[in-house]
Amino acid sequence: MISVESLTKHYGRFTAVDHVSFTAAPGRVTGFLGPNGAGKSTTMRVMVGLTRPTTGRVTIAGRDYRELANPGLEVGVLLDASAQHAGRTGREILAIAQQTMGLPRTRVAETLARVGLTEDEAERRVRNYSLGMRQRLGIATALIGDPDVLVLDEPANGLDPAGIRWMRDLLRGFADDGGTVLLSSHLLHEIEVIADDLVVIGQGRIVAQGTKAELLAAAGTLVRTADVERLARALHEAAVTTTPIDGGLRADADPELVGETAHRAGVALRELRPADGAGLEEMFLELTAETAREGAAA
Amino acid sequence: MTTATDIQPATPDSPPTRTTTGASAVARAVRPIPTSRLVAVELRKMFDTRAGFWLMASVGIVAVLATAVVIIWAPDEAITQNTFSTAIGMPLSVVLPIIAILSVTGEYSQRTGLTTYTLVPWRGRVLGAKVVATVLVGVASMFLALAVGALGNVVGSAVTGLDAVWDITATQFGNIVLANILGMLMGFMLGVLFRSSAGAIVGYFVYSFVLPVAFGTLAAFQEWFRDLQPWVDVNFAVTRLFDQTMTGEHWQQLGVSTLVWLWVPLAIGLRAVLRAEVK
Repeated sequence: MISVESLTKHYGRFTAVDHVSFTAAPGRVTGFLGPNGAGKSTTMRVMVGLTRPTTGRVTIAGRDYRELANPGLEVGVLLDASAQHAGRTGREILAIAQQTMGLPRTRVAETLARVGLTEDEAERRVRNYSLGMRQRLGIATALIGDPDVLVLDEPANGLDPAGIRWMRDLLRGFADDGGTVLLSSHLLHEIEVIADDLVVIGQGRIVAQGTKAELLAAAGTLVRTADVERLARALHEAAVTTTPIDGGLRADADPELVGETAHRAGVALRELRPADGAGLEEMFLELTAETAREGAAA
Repeated sequence: MTTATDIQPATPDSPPTRTTTGASAVARAVRPIPTSRLVAVELRKMFDTRAGFWLMASVGIVAVLATAVVIIWAPDEAITQNTFSTAIGMPLSVVLPIIAILSVTGEYSQRTGLTTYTLVPWRGRVLGAKVVATVLVGVASMFLALAVGALGNVVGSAVTGLDAVWDITATQFGNIVLANILGMLMGFMLGVLFRSSAGAIVGYFVYSFVLPVAFGTLAAFQEWFRDLQPWVDVNFAVTRLFDQTMTGEHWQQLGVSTLVWLWVPLAIGLRAVLRAEVK
């Protein structure tokens, strides 16, 4: 279990992380979602003691990361698959982790097999690795200590679709065995297929969190009409919050209520459906639109 | 939220055992990482890349080449142990600090620190292990150099037909080892201060080649500086370890000049490493 408590990190006058609180529960895969530069990596670096928070704290199983006796055996961490010495072989990098944690040597070969790196690939120097192979090696480093908690920053980056499916199955199995998984991504469709819970962050602030099902349900209704303004007014009078989208509205109400309101207001509809049909993508874009760099265009 | 509720039955004073609700579901004792293991890992990391391996191998290669040069070109009466040790010692005193620099800066230039400091989040312990590993390599190199030099002396005197001259005392050897360890610590200091291989190596050449010339020139032209030089010129003070009997005043001068040029900047650099963000 990872618990982030009111975490804030300033860099000079810039606030990278702003009072972020969430938990990643055992037995669940928690997706940490946000556009680039939203504060995901900073939060994760604070989690594992690489960055000092300005205020707030993170605990893992109730303890500060630095209080863990041998962190590699308790928390598997992958922050940047490319942060490896290019001149070492994959096997050597894993062997250094194995030796640091004090594990038996046989674990190196076992773990290489577990992440699908062949003997031949393991003997190659990392400078000759593709990003996908580096990710597998990074995941191997995280897994070799058989930890209870995984913290993975953008682990699906550079993986091909088969690789993403492999990772989904791996993390699913890990969580089903009672492990805690926190993984970040800026790509929603990656996380949509893996995560049980979602924490969405934009410009250092949490903009939404909950189970994937809850967030889908909360996505409301999508309605399109030629007379957006009149419908928006009618919905507003019915105490329904709306957000303008291209050629229509997203309403925080079920389709039935939206349809009735439109009918009473005499507005002809072009489209009316639950917003979750559009997937989390729309929600993600909406939630982050005002905070993301691309926000101005939306 | 149920934050920080103790789901761990571990008592505070028992070693941190865990009852996993997790992956292995078997109670497992997690023991702290012993320092000896950290030193072993740091030593391993010095040798396990091609660049690192050849840098280490260069210590032996330099020793053998320098010995060969002395045997071939030195005049017969100069075939003494002292000549060999000087010939080997000069190039080694350049190589050893670079080994020390790279042991620190590699973590930043190659970004391996991200993994190192995650597996061992106590950076002071990692740096301590690096210092110990560096000094071990330094001392081992000096004994290797001593052995190669002695062999060269035996071979050299056999070639000249003269009796081998053993003119290095244990004290002298001790001083030479100390001088090289101070050199490595200088490299280490530059490493923690710059945290970049290129910056630290440039800094090292400024330290060991530009500053001595500047101080030497100043001493040559400014009389008031001449008496001051041994107290402020760290290279001057360290070099005397190689070729002079150290007097009490020499030791004091070594202490004062290293305080300014080594120990204080080392403390500043260590503090920076402990506090800085690892990216």
